[in-house]
Amino acid sequence: MEESTTGDWSETGLDESDGGDRDIEQIPEAETIIEARNLDVYYGEERALNDVSMSIPEQKVTAIIGPSGCGKSTFLRSINRMNDLIDIANVTGELCFKGKNVYDEDVDAVALRRQVGMVFQAPNPFPKSIYDNVAYGPRIQNDTENLDEQVEQALRQAALWDEVKDRLDERGTDLSGGQQQRLCIARAIAVDPEVVLMDEPASALDPVATSKIEDLIDELSEDYTVVIVTHNMQQAARISDKTAVFLTGGHLVEYGETDRIFQNPRNERVEDYISGKFG
Amino acid sequence: MTEYFEEPDLSGNRGFQSLREGFYKALFFSFAAATVLTTIGIFLTLFVDALGFFRSYSLVAFLTGLDWSPSLEPVSFGVLPLVFGTLTVTFTAAVIAIPVGTLTAVYLSEYAAARTRAVLKPLLEILAGVPTVVYGFFALVYVTPVIDFFFPGVSTFNVLSASLMVGIMTIPMVSSISEDAMSAVPDSLRQAGYGMGATKYEVTTDIIVPAATSGIVSSYILAISRAIGETMIVTVAMGMQASIPAVKTADVFGLGIPFVHPGEVFLGSGQTMTAAMVQIANSDLAGGTIAYESLFAIGLTLFAITLLMNIVSNVISERYREEY
Repeated sequence: MEESTTGDWSETGLDESDGGDRDIEQIPEAETIIEARNLDVYYGEERALNDVSMSIPEQKVTAIIGPSGCGKSTFLRSINRMNDLIDIANVTGELCFKGKNVYDEDVDAVALRRQVGMVFQAPNPFPKSIYDNVAYGPRIQNDTENLDEQVEQALRQAALWDEVKDRLDERGTDLSGGQQQRLCIARAIAVDPEVVLMDEPASALDPVATSKIEDLIDELSEDYTVVIVTHNMQQAARISDKTAVFLTGGHLVEYGETDRIFQNPRNERVEDYISGKFG
Repeated sequence: MTEYFEEPDLSGNRGFQSLREGFYKALFFSFAAATVLTTIGIFLTLFVDALGFFRSYSLVAFLTGLDWSPSLEPVSFGVLPLVFGTLTVTFTAAVIAIPVGTLTAVYLSEYAAARTRAVLKPLLEILAGVPTVVYGFFALVYVTPVIDFFFPGVSTFNVLSASLMVGIMTIPMVSSISEDAMSAVPDSLRQAGYGMGATKYEVTTDIIVPAATSGIVSSYILAISRAIGETMIVTVAMGMQASIPAVKTADVFGLGIPFVHPGEVFLGSGQTMTAAMVQIANSDLAGGTIAYESLFAIGLTLFAITLLMNIVSNVISERYREEY
């Protein structure tokens, strides 16, 4: 963290091959929890992320938007090293979580993921009871002293408690899609992570369930740092504090206050994308 | 004013349509019916001839008799020694095939790299394609000498080597079907587990194996059914002596605990139901004699046992069916 200065970034802030300027807001170091420095991800020969440098503020909602195949999910998955599960993925550059590069030799991906939780695009509860789903994280971390309370608290935080408190032994897979996704959020926050990564968490849900998830994300940002990938620009505008726009080829093109990005984008292509000219 | 289109031709006349569909239906039905009729025919033959046997030999004596000697006077048709032989082989084979097959499946599905799996899985399936007579000779020529090294004086034809070989033969059945069941667990569940910070071992044991239970248990039942019906290995390597070991009593803390000596069970010859049927079928017993008809009585018993296994298998896979 010490050697990190904003100067490092400004040197890489311009990339002619990009076809335009990048406009990437700097976050004061004290408020930064995640920081990418010249991050590249390759899948075999294919470059999925191209020299991405940005920092993500603590206890805020940061949205990552962009057209399909722009690398937004790849970026999200590089934060908790889920890309490790893909044999051909190769990462260079740095991705610091609280100042520690998670790609250092001495970092255990399992330990990292216990502090950086994740919610996926399609709800994926385990074929176990509601209770066991939420208790899964505490159990594998041997943190089961107050398991009942942890489960209740996580379900309350995920705004699901009132709907399921009388049927905790029913299977999580029997809930409706929206409830399943809130169950997955409860499961992710039961271990009290620092960061919750969300990969298009509402894209498989109907509008009512979506709006519940959006309200929930807003509340979660009081306790957690939320990084959310979404292809829904209105959603990004509604729920996020910061927005990062990735465009084709895995380039981060513009990053800043959400209001400013949507009202007054500085990059021409970002403006085109936001106004719906492509994407 | 609404302007109407010219009426479209929706009659769909493709010429003799209903006639052709009727012909196809009859054609496909006749194939399905042939299969079902064959099965019914086999069952009826079995049943009728077995009935002939039970007219001259008591069902109770057949099911409870401890002596099987169909050709030597005085003849005796107690099926229990054969059932005992079959159960011994099946149990021993299951003790080998279930753990080895399951762990192999876990390795292939969760641990092996894609490349390794691409090589190993077909290799294992080759093991399933080896003719069983080859396994039988392998048991006789290679396994029995090894057993003789550890337990000198073992019979040339012995239960242990045949059982071990039946176990090895059924490993690919367990590993292949279990691996399919584990691979069928959606990747999203693995991702969920890893995303929670679970290790590979935790994902495998907490999530994948429970979610695949239905398929894994089915593979066990299929392997057991296969072992029950296995004929060639036991005919070649196990001898032709239907025997049931004497039950002894051990005095343990003043309690009489019945036991059978494992040496008597495994190191001597034995005979399974299937091998006894081969022996009768190959002998020069005339058709219509009681010894000849006993073949069908054993066949029917075997049929009943495998049918029971199929029912158990269905019940279990229904109960553990996972909705993911």
